[in-house]
Amino acid sequence: MMRLQSQVKSTSILYRWLGDRIFTVVVVLLGASIILITAGMAWVLFDEGGLALREFGFFGFLSGTTWDPAVQLQFGAWPFLFGTLVTSGLALLISIFPAIAVGIFSAEYAPKWLSSLIDNLVQLIAAVPSVVIGIWGIFVLAPWMRETVYMPIYLWAETSAPGLIPILGHPIGYGMTTATIVLSLMIVPYTAALSKDAIESVPKEQREASRALGATRWEVIRMAVLPYARSGILAGTVLSLGRAIGETMAVAMLIGNKNTLPFSIFGAGATMPSVIVNEFREAVESLHLSSLMAIGFVLFIIALIVNLLAAWIIRKYSISGGKVV
Amino acid sequence: MKNLRYRQYRDRLMEMLLVAATIIVLVPLLIIIVHVVVNGFSALNWEFFTEELGSPSRALQERPTGLVHTIIGTVVVDFLALAIAVPVGIGAGIMLSEYPEHMLNPTLRVMNDTLNGMPAILKGLFAFVLIVKPMGTFSGISGAVALAFVMLPIIARTTESALLSIPWTIREAGLAIGLPRWRVVLSTVIPAAKTGLVTGILIAFARAAGEAAPLLFTSFGNNYLPNHWSGFILEPVDTLPQRLYSLAISPYAEWHAMGWAAAILLLGFVILCFTAARLATRKRFKT
Repeated sequence: MMRLQSQVKSTSILYRWLGDRIFTVVVVLLGASIILITAGMAWVLFDEGGLALREFGFFGFLSGTTWDPAVQLQFGAWPFLFGTLVTSGLALLISIFPAIAVGIFSAEYAPKWLSSLIDNLVQLIAAVPSVVIGIWGIFVLAPWMRETVYMPIYLWAETSAPGLIPILGHPIGYGMTTATIVLSLMIVPYTAALSKDAIESVPKEQREASRALGATRWEVIRMAVLPYARSGILAGTVLSLGRAIGETMAVAMLIGNKNTLPFSIFGAGATMPSVIVNEFREAVESLHLSSLMAIGFVLFIIALIVNLLAAWIIRKYSISGGKVV
Repeated sequence: MKNLRYRQYRDRLMEMLLVAATIIVLVPLLIIIVHVVVNGFSALNWEFFTEELGSPSRALQERPTGLVHTIIGTVVVDFLALAIAVPVGIGAGIMLSEYPEHMLNPTLRVMNDTLNGMPAILKGLFAFVLIVKPMGTFSGISGAVALAFVMLPIIARTTESALLSIPWTIREAGLAIGLPRWRVVLSTVIPAAKTGLVTGILIAFARAAGEAAPLLFTSFGNNYLPNHWSGFILEPVDTLPQRLYSLAISPYAEWHAMGWAAAILLLGFVILCFTAARLATRKRFKT
């Protein structure tokens, strides 16, 4: 008996104290490596982009309108910053109300089977890889848009309003409008799913109370549900904007890739991710490479701001103290 | 308040608007999937799975071409990425849920969410600087590292929430019968949260498998099978999303058809992972 006890004790010191120590150290090291990766990513992008940022200055780089890797070796990020902000902003504007409507319909109106069908469909569509949407855009959407939308408007403008031609741009099918439409299609599922989560987290009592006061179904939603879910929906929208800003492949395949301002409505443009995709593999000049890295750094900062904004909205406005979404 | 009839009329109107919006949103998205499925299946054939791509002239002369090197490359790169991301992600998840008092946790949570919100292309640039530059060549392993950066934050987050969903009483029971803390985590909490962990890993895997942007600067692409199996790790490797991009923007109609075939393959694979993940969650909620 005694021997057994001492044996248990001697193994248990090793087993307990040392085991716990090792386990804690391993787990903390693994966790810390994520911190290192994120911080390292920011540092590497900043460091590699340093050459360009020093050459043109941070704000000079941001506001520079010339991107010429061939002759002048002059690099400014403004065309891409502009392209990103315009396409993502417009895509958000187009998609936000339909997406929230899907969330409301699925959470409040649809019977259970339909609601779960819509949810599964939304999840399925959110899972479609960006390149797959891209190939659809290249071979189906862009030619269709050219034939049914761009060409008629362009031909009309040519005869009756020639002043509009430079604003409209060449109707080749690949351009700012096509990219914006595809972007809005791609972020709809995110906004819809996040809005639905926010709406479903509204307590049942909230609805019952306003029902009891004689509100119609829509009045319940407008007066009791939406104000409560507001912060979650807003945060979801901001996160979707972040998705749109970082969306790379589909946009690179459809925006037409033109590096010089001015961009036109139908004509080709570029965004920050698309220029990195298109030029990074071919960049040889170190200043060119560094400028692309610097664009990556700017993209990092924008994505960081958008994510922090979403987190801040959730913390600041949510009634449940940051638990929504 | 307006009169009752007006309110009921508006209620009806809003309902119709919501239905209309739902249909308007879902129909184009379904059209995309239908197009991919129809075009993809008609482009699939046996050679697609057995031949390598070769140069464009091979397709133009109607000699058999396919993407066998791409399929193998995708499997190698994706599973390498999984092997890197799973231990680190689960470790970070354990740290967040089992050591809530640790002083690094708030930082870790913020950094993890930041990494999750970063566009995948930046992870590709990071892996390029980290691995491709020192190695001097594009390689499968650098692509795997880039994809691991995509998977990591998703795995860490889902692990954390899966572990937190296990009641504290289970841990207390383990501690009460004299188990040390590490055994409590490894032998009681993790087995109990197994489905949640697998779901998270599947979702991360599906997300990363569809990413092309990080692979363009890391595994780069390759039209041929490597001479030796190690070429899948140390040399430029073809992967489905990146090859799909190259095929789609190429000027050859034969390659476009092959692009559709790659699209249906990629879509099928990603949807398979997501369905598996959803089924796993559903089972957990039923029992």
